[in-house]
Amino acid sequence: MSETKQIIQKHPLAIRWFHWINFPVLAIMIWSGILIYWANDVYRLGWGNKTLLKFFPDSFYKALNISSRLAEGMSLHFIFMWFFAVNGFIYFLYLLFSGEWKFIFPNRRSLKESWQVILHDLHIKRSLPPQKKYNAAQRIAYTGVMIMGLGSLLTGLSIYKPIQFHYLCAMLGGYTWARAEHFILTILFTLFFLVHVIQVIIAGWNNFRSMITGFEVLPNSETEIKAIEKEDNGKQ
Amino acid sequence: MENNKIHTVTKEQVKKKTIIAFVLFFTFICLGIFLWKWVNKQPDDMGIVKPLRNGLNADEVFFSNFLSPDHLAKTFPVTAAVHHPRVNGEDGMGVNFNPADWKLHLIRNAGDSLLITLADLKALPKTEIIFDFKCIEGWSEVSHWGGVKFSDFAKKYGLTDQVKMKYASLVTPDSGYYVGIDMASMMHPQTMLCYEVNGEPLPLKNGYPLRLIIPVKYGIKNLKRIGTISFSNERPRDYWYERGYDYYSGL
Repeated sequence: MSETKQIIQKHPLAIRWFHWINFPVLAIMIWSGILIYWANDVYRLGWGNKTLLKFFPDSFYKALNISSRLAEGMSLHFIFMWFFAVNGFIYFLYLLFSGEWKFIFPNRRSLKESWQVILHDLHIKRSLPPQKKYNAAQRIAYTGVMIMGLGSLLTGLSIYKPIQFHYLCAMLGGYTWARAEHFILTILFTLFFLVHVIQVIIAGWNNFRSMITGFEVLPNSETEIKAIEKEDNGKQ
Repeated sequence: MENNKIHTVTKEQVKKKTIIAFVLFFTFICLGIFLWKWVNKQPDDMGIVKPLRNGLNADEVFFSNFLSPDHLAKTFPVTAAVHHPRVNGEDGMGVNFNPADWKLHLIRNAGDSLLITLADLKALPKTEIIFDFKCIEGWSEVSHWGGVKFSDFAKKYGLTDQVKMKYASLVTPDSGYYVGIDMASMMHPQTMLCYEVNGEPLPLKNGYPLRLIIPVKYGIKNLKRIGTISFSNERPRDYWYERGYDYYSGL
């Protein structure tokens, strides 16, 4: 008899599609957003005359050939915004109606537990609180990024059509503020992406594969541990 | 995870499922890359590739049908206005221009045109607006403009049939800059033929003697130094449209 493995269904097909459609679409939105931002690149990190980081340094524009592509950036941005919005909207509806939201929305323990997850990931603490599909830190991060997506749509809409959506624009603090908020959300998306990729690399192949195949192979050690436990119980 | 079923499968089955899923995954990646390359290889339509141009036109149809052309741009108190509005482009502002010779050339129909002086325009009811002028580059500036509403101008010069057409065309005297405006935006109550900034005559670099101020559009549509106005049902030429921007460019 050949060796057997235990697999568990982790990500439904729909969620894998939403995820992998969103990835290139968001990438194009960020890329075209930078092409647009270049035309009025006023943001920086710093105070008074002191600038710690200019968004963006000239070397960055040069390396990626970003200069003078405003028209191209706008056309891409105002076409792919539809894919971003529709994919995100259907994803959210899917979460609600499939019950998947139970695994991804934070619950009342999540805030406390996420701290323990962070301590664990930083190798300060050994044990992890019990979890289902996602741990508490993941629940908060993934729900947060959904809210950021909505934020990008609303701030984006208010700077795209500030007269048509003048109430929205005013609620966000006016045209100039809404543009800054839209930019900050973009920076947060790229930071999320960085942390996400690092975590996926650390989590390893089995976890990454599950976002493509849908299933995760239960670790041998776990089945072995269970077998040992059974044996121990038998002895007593 | 406890809610999900655990299956026992052979090692070969795991391998097979994995390979199938990854082959599909890479197939879709290749399709995506192929589609992207195909889009970028399509012929140009007014400065951008055809599929992108079609997308922008579809946006225009969507937004002009779904939203109201009657929303007003927010106005500000006079103290909020800058003293010297930013000058951001010299296209169409050729040096061989003698303001003393200037008259507005209004083409009502083929063979029926009028020459209108600045004094004629100043005799019409004057309107003022202080609004946040928005450049397509992303900056904006509260500024204070004065002139005659285009709708008043249309009434005075008997443009009843012309304003039923789809577009107005505005061109500088040297034909170096030109815009096309959809009629709903042209007849918008805040759209004006402008001859004053901060209560003073327009400086030459801001468009003296007469410019368009159209708050519901980006700055690129606010043509400086109007030479000729005409009307059509086809899209008139538009300077930045020909360079890849959206024709509508509405806010």
